[in-house]
Amino acid sequence: MSILVVEHLTKKFGSFTALDGVNMELKEGEVYGFIGPNGAGKSTTIRILLGIIKATSGSAKIFGKDVWKDAVEIHKRVAYVPGDVHLWPNLTGGEVIDILLKMNGKYDKKKRDRFIELFDFDPTKKCRAYSKGNRQKVALIAAFASDADLFIFDEPTTGLDPLMETYFRQSVLEAKQEGKTVLFSSHILSEVEKLCDRVGIIRQGKIIETGSLDELRYITRSNFTVKTRETLSGLDELEGVYHIEEKDGEYSFQVDSEKIDAVIRHISQFGVVKLESSPPTLEDLFLRHYERVGKQEAGDA
Amino acid sequence: MYGKYMKRTGLIFTLLVKQLRWKLFVWLFAITGINVLVASFYPSLYKDVASRLAASMTMENPAMIAMLGPGYETEAYLASPGPFFANEMLLFTAIAAAIMNILLVSQSTRGDEEAGRLEIVQARSVGKVAYTNAVMIIIFGANVLLSLLIGIGIGLLQIEGMDWQSTMLFGSVLGLTGLVFGAMTLVIAQLVESARSVTMFSLMVLILSYLIRAIGDVNYEWLSYASPLGWTVRTKVFADDDWLPVIVLSVLTVFFGLLALYLHAKRDIGSGYFTPRKGRSHASKLLLTPFGFHLWMQKTNIAAWTLAIFVLSWSMGFVMGDMESYWQDIELIEQFLAADMQAEMTEQFITLIIAIMTLIGTIPVAMTVLHLKGEEMRGFMENMFSRATSRHRVLANYVLLSIFVSLLMQTALAVGFWSGCVAVLEEPMTFLTTLKAAFVYLPAMWLFSGIAVWLYGWFPKLTPLVWLYLSYGFFVMYLGNLLDMPLWLRNISVFEHVAKIPLEEVKVFPLAIIVIIAFLFFLFGFYHFRKRDLFG
Repeated sequence: MSILVVEHLTKKFGSFTALDGVNMELKEGEVYGFIGPNGAGKSTTIRILLGIIKATSGSAKIFGKDVWKDAVEIHKRVAYVPGDVHLWPNLTGGEVIDILLKMNGKYDKKKRDRFIELFDFDPTKKCRAYSKGNRQKVALIAAFASDADLFIFDEPTTGLDPLMETYFRQSVLEAKQEGKTVLFSSHILSEVEKLCDRVGIIRQGKIIETGSLDELRYITRSNFTVKTRETLSGLDELEGVYHIEEKDGEYSFQVDSEKIDAVIRHISQFGVVKLESSPPTLEDLFLRHYERVGKQEAGDA
Repeated sequence: MYGKYMKRTGLIFTLLVKQLRWKLFVWLFAITGINVLVASFYPSLYKDVASRLAASMTMENPAMIAMLGPGYETEAYLASPGPFFANEMLLFTAIAAAIMNILLVSQSTRGDEEAGRLEIVQARSVGKVAYTNAVMIIIFGANVLLSLLIGIGIGLLQIEGMDWQSTMLFGSVLGLTGLVFGAMTLVIAQLVESARSVTMFSLMVLILSYLIRAIGDVNYEWLSYASPLGWTVRTKVFADDDWLPVIVLSVLTVFFGLLALYLHAKRDIGSGYFTPRKGRSHASKLLLTPFGFHLWMQKTNIAAWTLAIFVLSWSMGFVMGDMESYWQDIELIEQFLAADMQAEMTEQFITLIIAIMTLIGTIPVAMTVLHLKGEEMRGFMENMFSRATSRHRVLANYVLLSIFVSLLMQTALAVGFWSGCVAVLEEPMTFLTTLKAAFVYLPAMWLFSGIAVWLYGWFPKLTPLVWLYLSYGFFVMYLGNLLDMPLWLRNISVFEHVAKIPLEEVKVFPLAIIVIIAFLFFLFGFYHFRKRDLFG
């Protein structure tokens, strides 16, 4: 069942087109990573999904309901953590958490206290005294403690320390195990990689790639580091091998996924002393995609 | 020494000027414009001795003294229209100048600090108090400019009895009053932590200064010297031209300025001198209801305004006692005016006082609605609207709150004024009549919250128009008669359509129309608010 369906979503601010026909679909129980560089349109998409701003054209539905018209109904089952958390300076963190939870109706006080403890948060300070990370904790606690079916995170960990980031991932996976759906925007790629089932890559208001991580890996390359007894030769003549570098007899290069077999066969002739391979990171995927687009654009011109 | 504290003051100065230039322009233009405009009417007013004599008696009336400051010798009034102009314009213009300074200073000190702008500036190779210093130079420049503009502007009119020396004194005392309050705000900005508290505390000091001066001017002159505004109204400008108050106000400004620099040099960025206490870890029951939440967020503002309206109204009521003995003292009036005429004049003052207090009370009514704009701009509303809270519900709560505030203000007005009267008058108005006189203005106040809701819902950038309309209402009420404004121009102000109890009978029809118009504004506001994008 689809929890969230976005079709041809377009948003214009005056003459500037922030979103240009975005399509997206989230199935129940999946964690969807929404990645792209700064200013690509991630937050604009999310704000449309939350009914805070109105799409110029196209449709966006959550739980089968229109995100603009039925915002209040939808939000009863949605928990949102913005990237930049702004809180009322004269209320305490604990008060804000209670108020946010109460806005969605009844809430579980024990769950609230459990997450306050998990994130090691002091709820008695006024919000004006909290750091960025602590303000983010307020929003995270209010989100995880609420009884939501869809979680929307907009770059939620930018202010958190590594330990808190671990707790955050743990909480997301917990929610996933309970069958909740998660939309997760980020430009920190390792984070998306650890959490997400599927990703959509957005750039300049357009989704340029979408699919499961495996599917996207298909179009990218693995990294290899090789040391051989005999001098390794002929590498640059092989198809699908890129960025060859040699240092003290050690070679490092990238290989297209479908050419790995041929490359391994080739290098094994030289007596392998050391062989390290690492899966492509989303970073590589990202760069690779832009390289490709860049070449195409250069070709078009 | 210079490097450590003052370095880059000039650069920050240009930065701030860029930030503030439009606001400065509007303020200076408005204050100067109104003064020159009003002054230009004076040659045609008070032409003959009889009208000057009559007007001078009005000025000696305690209610007028409480409102406008002490009068002049009768000879001075007879000599030129200048003293009338000073009576009618000086104090209120000085208050406008003070408000200008308070808002400018609180915005460019704690406002910038709260938004984190001070931090990025201070992280550079910049002197410790350079920012505060730059703000001081700006308000100094702004007030000098104000003094010159008004002094030259009125001087150029070449009105009889208002020569250059006098007009420059008039301008100078206005500029210096502005400066005193600017510097005082600068001190307060070092003590409390948020821009909003800075504005609020400073406005409270302004109101308190006005009040101390009012009581002092009527009964105990020594008390007036304790208030900066007491000095403001003691120049005898356009008659004896006493520059002593200008000197006193200058000394006060320098004192506050140095104190602010000293306090700023000693404190940490982002902190004040009052350290916050540990707060609650859970929200109270009240805070968890939507209305309770909005009430809680604005409680300090509302309480402060209620208190201010109450105290102001009480002191105005208290002055009515002096009014009564004033009539008895002046045999001339005794002879000319029949007893019922006296009563009518007293009632006229009562209606004027209630009307002016209502105008002041309308400020918090509109502010209550506009608070929502501030909340949206600061990104707080995202928290609400991303949850199961509808825009209409939030706006409706704000409307409810602003109606609640209007009731509160008018009740404070009635209770304050009546209890002031009761303390000194033998035959005061009944409480019920006073309450009626205050409550009859409620629809007009709702119109203002309606306009605020509409502008906010439709195009939030235009919300300052509410203040323009309110200022217009004040202008008409205060100077409409004097300047003989045409009726249609006066009728633009909604307050002109409200019956002046106890002078006039309540007419239901105009009130009903006002309520309907207010309601339409609410409807438009709600309609547009549902349709527009939010900022944050």
